[in-house]
Amino acid sequence: MTSPDSSTIAEIPGDTLRERIVDDLRSKIGTDLLDSLVKPGNDVWVRVATSAWKTTGQALRELGFDYFCFLSAIDWMPSPYGKGEDDPTAPPPERDDTIRQGYAGGSTRIQMLARLVHPTLHVGVNIKCDVPDEDATVDSWVSVFAGANWHERETHEMFGISFSGHPDLRNMYLPTEFEGHPLRKDFPLLARMVKPWPGIVDVEPLPGGGDDEEGDES
Amino acid sequence: MTSTESLLDRKQMAYIASQAADARLNVELETEGMTLNIGPQHPATHGTLRIIARLDGEQVIWAEPSCGYMHRGYEKLTEVRTYPQVTALVNRIDWLGSFANEVPFILAAEKLMEVEAPPRAQWIRTILFELSRIANVSLFLGDLGVQMGAITPVFMAFRDREYVLNLIEGATGGRFHPNFDRIGGLKDDLPEGFIDETRAVMKKLRNFCDEIENLLFGNEIFQSRTRGIGIIPRDVAMQYGLSGANLRASGVDWDLRRDQSLPMAWDKVDWNVWTHPDGDSFARCWVRLQEVRESTRIVDQLLEGIPSGPVMAKVPRIIKVPEGEAWVSTENPLGEMGYYVVSKGDLGPFRTKIRSASFNNISIVPWLLKGVYVPDIITILASLYFILGDIDR
Repeated sequence: MTSPDSSTIAEIPGDTLRERIVDDLRSKIGTDLLDSLVKPGNDVWVRVATSAWKTTGQALRELGFDYFCFLSAIDWMPSPYGKGEDDPTAPPPERDDTIRQGYAGGSTRIQMLARLVHPTLHVGVNIKCDVPDEDATVDSWVSVFAGANWHERETHEMFGISFSGHPDLRNMYLPTEFEGHPLRKDFPLLARMVKPWPGIVDVEPLPGGGDDEEGDES
Repeated sequence: MTSTESLLDRKQMAYIASQAADARLNVELETEGMTLNIGPQHPATHGTLRIIARLDGEQVIWAEPSCGYMHRGYEKLTEVRTYPQVTALVNRIDWLGSFANEVPFILAAEKLMEVEAPPRAQWIRTILFELSRIANVSLFLGDLGVQMGAITPVFMAFRDREYVLNLIEGATGGRFHPNFDRIGGLKDDLPEGFIDETRAVMKKLRNFCDEIENLLFGNEIFQSRTRGIGIIPRDVAMQYGLSGANLRASGVDWDLRRDQSLPMAWDKVDWNVWTHPDGDSFARCWVRLQEVRESTRIVDQLLEGIPSGPVMAKVPRIIKVPEGEAWVSTENPLGEMGYYVVSKGDLGPFRTKIRSASFNNISIVPWLLKGVYVPDIITILASLYFILGDIDR
């Protein structure tokens, strides 16, 4: 533990530091910051307008968040196939298919998710933005963070989101002819469809406590 | 901004080089650009990484790794598994340091459930985490020689890694895939005699580090093939999200074990974070060598004072994780390994984003290989140190 600045980090209470980040970002991008959530001592989530996706990256970079951690997306639609454990011969069960977005809200099914980290404060920001269903296109971050290149290619392949300004959106993993976007919830996991997974009932007993009553299911 | 400038310089250089290569095609008696495939099966690629390089003579003018030979779709698979089952998947991401892959996922689930492992479990977790780092990075140190034509170090590495794997097997039952971490603690306590045995092995591993340092790092051939080769400046490393020893070798003093508070035991002991200002292949190798030494120090100190008590907190028999989102990353042998877990209050995660170290570390390859000579491709890739499963997931 020989950090030159670890003492100063400890002096700043986590929440004021994180709230200051949100305020700083708001002063940079204004009303494009749609929503934010600060969990004290835990993390920061901000949601920005789709049109401001790239300027947010730039603004955070100017604020010192120049470490690019990752970029991806989330599909908030509940899977129409559940966990792939239904009896294929029975009629499909009723499922709650309302789309509920997570922290910092939102209104579309698919959201972008990226994380930037401040290298000396050691605090990260999770950035989200809505991706319109009809035209799944957001601005590319490649000109801001060169490392976003592969992450955007992966997101394009897995979620079907286009990145305008990206130099080369070839598939990373799948063959070029592959149809569909595997990480979208409506893409079936065919291995599960063909042969159901019995694992869900396989709960191992806790070490030490042979008592099944210990700790009820909450 | 200097970073964009230097990046632009490199891009321009590469552009000019490729233009020149294209122009030469039209001139008689000039060399022709050639495409060279390295891999997918090549002894120097650590698995099935394929690099497509366009050469002008001996110089690379364009290079691109072709991934996907090892893509197993773990992010999709986690959506149909329960939380305890996910550890069995994720410890196959970086298969040389498997236990370290389980920890951040379990910590993320614990963060969402607001439970914390008892102190004894935290200490044992940290010990096993560092043991998997030693097993992983010692193989890197041995493998380094092979890439440059030295065969002996790899035998020494395999010999000494086996001692560490025996320890991991003794404690967890699995040499490579322990699947030992549980939400709320660990599956089991340490076996009898583990502490003494580990002390003896740590001594052996320190000897191994000295041997490697004498044999390899002082070697003239090794130095001339790594010094000043594959230089990554600090700002480029940050842009690409490099992590672990690759970032520290570019002069960034950043170690997630020290710089964030996690329910682990790293802050209870005294150790150093090593950085190197050069950013070349040699610096990356050197930082890793020091890391193994520091890890043996961490383990030695942790063995001194493992707190007594249970290794498992009280958690429900059937684990349901409350709704929410959590991000936890740890300093794994290869770099920053993190999980962004989204829970909907279900038995399994709703979505898991796996941020693996090698994916970011290798995404710099197209930039880094521009302008290097063919034999340096191998040493640069070796010094970046990646595990195929960690790139493709």
